[in-house]
Amino acid sequence: MSLDMSPAALDRAAPRLMRAEPLLTMRDISKTYGDVRALRHVDATVYPGEVMGIVGESGSGKSTLLRMMNLEDTPDSGDYTLRLPNREDGNLFDLTRYERRMLCARHIGIVYQNPHLGLLMKHSSSGNVAERLLIAGERSFDVLRAKAREALDASEFPLSRMDARPIELSGGMQQRVQLAKAIALEPALLLLDEPTTGLDVSVQALVLDTLKRLQRDRKITMVLVSHDLGVIRTMADRVMVMRHGEVVEEGLADQVFQDPQHNYTQQLVHAKL
Amino acid sequence: MSLSSLTRPWAATSYGFLDASAKRELRRKMLKAIAVPGCQMPYASREVPMARGWGTGGLQVTLTLVNPTSTVKVIDQGADDGVNAASIRRFISRVSGASETWDTLAASIVQSRHRVPEEVMREDQILVLQVPNPEPLRGVEPNISIARQMHADADYGKLWLTLYEQIVRKGRIMQGAAYPSMVNGRHVMTPSPIPRWDVPKLNMAKHLTFLSAGREKRLFAVPPFTRVEPLVFSDRPYRVEDHADLTCRRSGVSGYFMNELPIDGGGSAFEVSDSNLGIKAIQQAEGTPVEIGKTWYRNGEFSA
Repeated sequence: MSLDMSPAALDRAAPRLMRAEPLLTMRDISKTYGDVRALRHVDATVYPGEVMGIVGESGSGKSTLLRMMNLEDTPDSGDYTLRLPNREDGNLFDLTRYERRMLCARHIGIVYQNPHLGLLMKHSSSGNVAERLLIAGERSFDVLRAKAREALDASEFPLSRMDARPIELSGGMQQRVQLAKAIALEPALLLLDEPTTGLDVSVQALVLDTLKRLQRDRKITMVLVSHDLGVIRTMADRVMVMRHGEVVEEGLADQVFQDPQHNYTQQLVHAKL
Repeated sequence: MSLSSLTRPWAATSYGFLDASAKRELRRKMLKAIAVPGCQMPYASREVPMARGWGTGGLQVTLTLVNPTSTVKVIDQGADDGVNAASIRRFISRVSGASETWDTLAASIVQSRHRVPEEVMREDQILVLQVPNPEPLRGVEPNISIARQMHADADYGKLWLTLYEQIVRKGRIMQGAAYPSMVNGRHVMTPSPIPRWDVPKLNMAKHLTFLSAGREKRLFAVPPFTRVEPLVFSDRPYRVEDHADLTCRRSGVSGYFMNELPIDGGGSAFEVSDSNLGIKAIQQAEGTPVEIGKTWYRNGEFSA
């Protein structure tokens, strides 16, 4: 299969890439848990407006890297910078726990594979979205309500159920609530950790459509972790392939899927049940 | 081996019942609590001759503060004559030599369960509130370690969220007592289960307030002239109980916080919750010279 390398195709594949300064830069990230080296000298760069896909088998370090991006954990070594308005560059791992939490609340949204990690199951769906706004300092009930409604609507959540508890909702609906919570403050970076795993195929397609529309309409920069190559192929502009805590291949999505260079990537791409 | 060989010889109880080292520790913690208003300070809650949950936290603070020149008032839900209030008051007086009183104006230390007196307290008075659960985050975060971290980060989003949920579900904030309040713009405290009516009395008050939980081994303080602000949304103002129009059936006073008493055949009667204020009003009506101090509320409106 030959690659379409025409300027138009490249422009489509990498619409915003390489022209802007990176939004996210991680350098030389290493992390060890006991005897397990979860990440080994990982570099990652994400440009504004792109969808970066991270693929790899279970235990390859994808989710650990995502947790580092969300500042939930700190590495043994390495630097992490985010280019944000009104904020000087600097290693985010040097921030205090409080500063990291506030930065995440305002600028980074995350959707977990397991909704129990991202949602308060006993509170209303709108309350879950409102919590994010409350952490950021919003204190008007009417504004909270309006913004929660707007975010849920953007996530294609049925507004008639906005006060239902997530525990009463289906898996797909729970993911939409997580998504609404993540985008409520219009984050600079949206992290998606296997957002469609565990959903049936039709619901997967609906959630992916919502993500694509959000990405198109709001130009949200996304990092999508999945072991499902179909999802990555559908969503990602660029792809990073991980194995045993290392990045084994990185490139434009079409390039990686059509002409994989590394043995492991070739195995992944050609793997069939 | 005999029983006498296993027990210590008889000795008089320390002054104020608690031994010197216990009082020293409590004083250190009380000073720290004053230095960081609203922040819970752990302390080694001692055994006192009373079951946990009956005011042992408040009692230990009072026993640490008391001296022979003190005048102690103890109230239980506003009443001076409850069994628990009377027992605690007599115990404090017996082990310290302090005088007892029912009059808020005459007291130097007021130990209270679930109420702040209606008469305004002065700079030279100390209010000691008995607290069953000192942790405002308990309902939203059962893990104490995480709750401590949330206090450190001033992470009170989940507390606000409970208020948001109450408005969504019930149309108004349903928190009746122990209303979470921000102290000095930094720490959220639960002001013990005092009614919403009493929370404004702690804001910029002239007196020092200690809140102590013996079972939970924590104490915290609101120093004089410190802001105590109930958590409210900017477009949903804080509302106290609507007792302005109620009249006490015994004393005839109105515009104060009332206890509701069911009556035969249905309906309710009301009695002023601060029993000493009611007694003073009755005495005054009977022509006995008695001083009623300035009250925090007047005709149901906060006026202090």
